[in-house]
Amino acid sequence: MSDLGASATTNGGGPLLEVADLVKHFPIKSGLLFDREVDQVRAVDGISFSVNKGETMGLVGESGSGKSTACRAVLQLLKPTSGSVKFEGQEIAGLGRRELRPLRREMQMIFQDPYASLNPRKRVGQIVGDQLKIQKIASGKELRTRVEALLERVGLSPEHYNRFPHEFSGGQRQRIGIARALALEPKLVFCDEPVSALDVSIQAQIVNLLDDLQDELGLTYVFVAHDIGVVRHISDRIAVMNHGKIVETGDADQVCEHPRDAYTKKLLAAVPIPDPRESRARRERTTAG
Amino acid sequence: MSATPETAPVTPGAGGGPLLAVDDLRVGFATEDGRLQAVDGVSFELEAGEVLAIVGESGSGKSVTAQTIIGLTRSPNSHIEGSVRLSGEELTTQSESDLQSVRGSKIAMIFQDPMTSLNPVYTVGRQIVEAIRAHDSSIDRKSAHAQAAELLGAVGIPDAERRVDDYPHEFSGGMRQRAMIAMGLALEPSVLIADEPTTALDVTIQAQILHLIQDLNRSRGLATILITHDLGVVAEVADRVLVMYGGKVVEEGTLDDIFYDPQHPYTWGLLGSLTRLDQPRPHRLPQISGAPPSLLNLPKGCAFRPRCPHEFAKCAEVPGLEARLPGEPGHRDRCWLPPEQKRKLREIGGRIGLEEPA
Ligand SMILES: Nc1ncnc2c1ncn2[C@@H]1O[C@H](COP(=O)(O)OP(=O)(O)OP(=O)(O)O)[C@@H](O)[C@H]1O
Ligand SMILES: Nc1ncnc2c1ncn2[C@@H]1O[C@H](COP(=O)(O)OP(=O)(O)O)[C@@H](O)[C@H]1O
Ligand code: SF4
Ligand SMILES: [Mg+2]
Ligand SMILES: [Mg+2]
Repeated sequence: MSDLGASATTNGGGPLLEVADLVKHFPIKSGLLFDREVDQVRAVDGISFSVNKGETMGLVGESGSGKSTACRAVLQLLKPTSGSVKFEGQEIAGLGRRELRPLRREMQMIFQDPYASLNPRKRVGQIVGDQLKIQKIASGKELRTRVEALLERVGLSPEHYNRFPHEFSGGQRQRIGIARALALEPKLVFCDEPVSALDVSIQAQIVNLLDDLQDELGLTYVFVAHDIGVVRHISDRIAVMNHGKIVETGDADQVCEHPRDAYTKKLLAAVPIPDPRESRARRERTTAG
Repeated sequence: MSATPETAPVTPGAGGGPLLAVDDLRVGFATEDGRLQAVDGVSFELEAGEVLAIVGESGSGKSVTAQTIIGLTRSPNSHIEGSVRLSGEELTTQSESDLQSVRGSKIAMIFQDPMTSLNPVYTVGRQIVEAIRAHDSSIDRKSAHAQAAELLGAVGIPDAERRVDDYPHEFSGGMRQRAMIAMGLALEPSVLIADEPTTALDVTIQAQILHLIQDLNRSRGLATILITHDLGVVAEVADRVLVMYGGKVVEEGTLDDIFYDPQHPYTWGLLGSLTRLDQPRPHRLPQISGAPPSLLNLPKGCAFRPRCPHEFAKCAEVPGLEARLPGEPGHRDRCWLPPEQKRKLREIGGRIGLEEPA
């Protein structure tokens, strides 16, 4: 984890990612003859944040608050309704497919569901190496060597190259997803609930792996999870989302220990304390006051 | 905790026996890849008003244990042994129709995803009415409907009189889970089995559901089995805890036993890997190496051995579930280490844990 704070520590001229007034509305349509737009889901409703190089920005909020939509709109996997997204100072909102292609290498995503996000008919080697091949970065023997090295780096073994995803456990599949995301040596990685589907004992393994990879490769993360404890552990800064808006941003410990916003307070108060004496004490405090 | 007398009275709560007694329960499945022992000798007792938590990783046999209690795992490919007694009455040998009435009236079960257990084409109220009338056909529709609204109110659905006529999709996830609980309560059961009831819910909603279960527990003496993989949830509501690993109970004790004097290294690992918002964050998240075992291919000896940093020669034998602390018959574990050594080994940087993080 880096020590880069919120204030623009000048790292080669500003933050890696700058998001300003980003909006993503989904139309709700109805009508018999014409699809008339009757209303809008304001999934992301004007959010601004920036992420410095080497830093982890955590995103928390209840289900439906717009976290995944925000990630997708920043990555231009969804066309933003309005707003600005700058990557290394360059405006990328509204760019076409062709112009986005070189940027796709720099920004990758790791998904929540390690089962659904891997093609079951492809071998692990193919899944991890596909983009290297498509983007003509490596082929033949070199491709194989690179993929095997990636597999080892994420805690799998080179012998896994020819296996299929169903032969792996949830944690191992998430490692495959991580190897795939890292194949193109991205600068920025969006992790959308990367550990939520995993067993407790495996969650810690994956969080530690992501931590190591960041140190080694100088990665920058945007990390989404509903487990606030995990987000706080991995993040330098945290943004709290509610109804498509960011209600509070700050240093991770600061937000968790001294929340300012009422919604953040409510969210934190609901997190179970895994300590019976503490949770009894908290219950007594809340029933008393 | 004494053994249940053979002829325990059939009324819940009356007499000396426990409300629910599960004894040496074993559930095996014949699968394509071979025989799989999903539950391997699980025993516990549950008293009225008590919350028993069953914790463990996925595949450790929690759901199969719960489902077997109410006869939901009976099938041509399953093999069930052991005993389940409700107020002294044996359930494993009951006919399917007798069991159905037990499920309807004495034991209610709620699942992780309430949407799969609510019928989308009927209003929530109608489904509760059906449940009430199936249980007692002398109640007319109108009063059953009033009772349904009352129940929804009791589980904290705001504006219940009006919302009773909503369809399930008009309810939020938390409201659906409350509706499931309301439906379960319609029959005034003595036991509630909740299998990961809050796993799919936001923390704010989770807190409400847990407090609801706790209230019902106190106000109605409802005995509850709560299945979860989240020790935070356990700390909030449980009285006693079973920790399962590879189909077996590896530790059982009171809530405080498990959190403050845990005896099994797997329990240490689970406690160690928890993130705490009320404490400074550690540099590394303590982890348990490796992965949970496949039930088709369990390690020989102690099932936790391949992941245990403290294993020694003796661990090649399966440890029994025994009380190993003097004067604490209710605190049992399956680990060969001597208790005094355990107290030293589990101390990791001022906290309980499995080993120094790598
Ligand atoms: N393609 C879509 N069309 C219409 N509405 C959508 C679409 N995608 C998302 N939404 C809506 O946008 C809102 C935000 O959704 P989003 O998936 O970003 O939430 P989230 O914070 O990631 O939630 P979770 O924690 O459940 O993953 C929700 O109300 C959702 O129903
Ligand atoms: N009907 C079934 N047939 C075969 N195997 C089953 C069946 N139901 C569950 N199992 C297996 O039993 C084991 C325990 O499952 P379960 O009790 O659901 O675990 P959990 O602790 O996650 O609730 C798993 O290996 C699971 O695959
Ligand atoms: S019995 Fe041996 S292997 Fe099993 S938990 Fe105890 S020390 Fe570890
Ligand atoms: Mg999401
Ligand atoms: Mg289960």
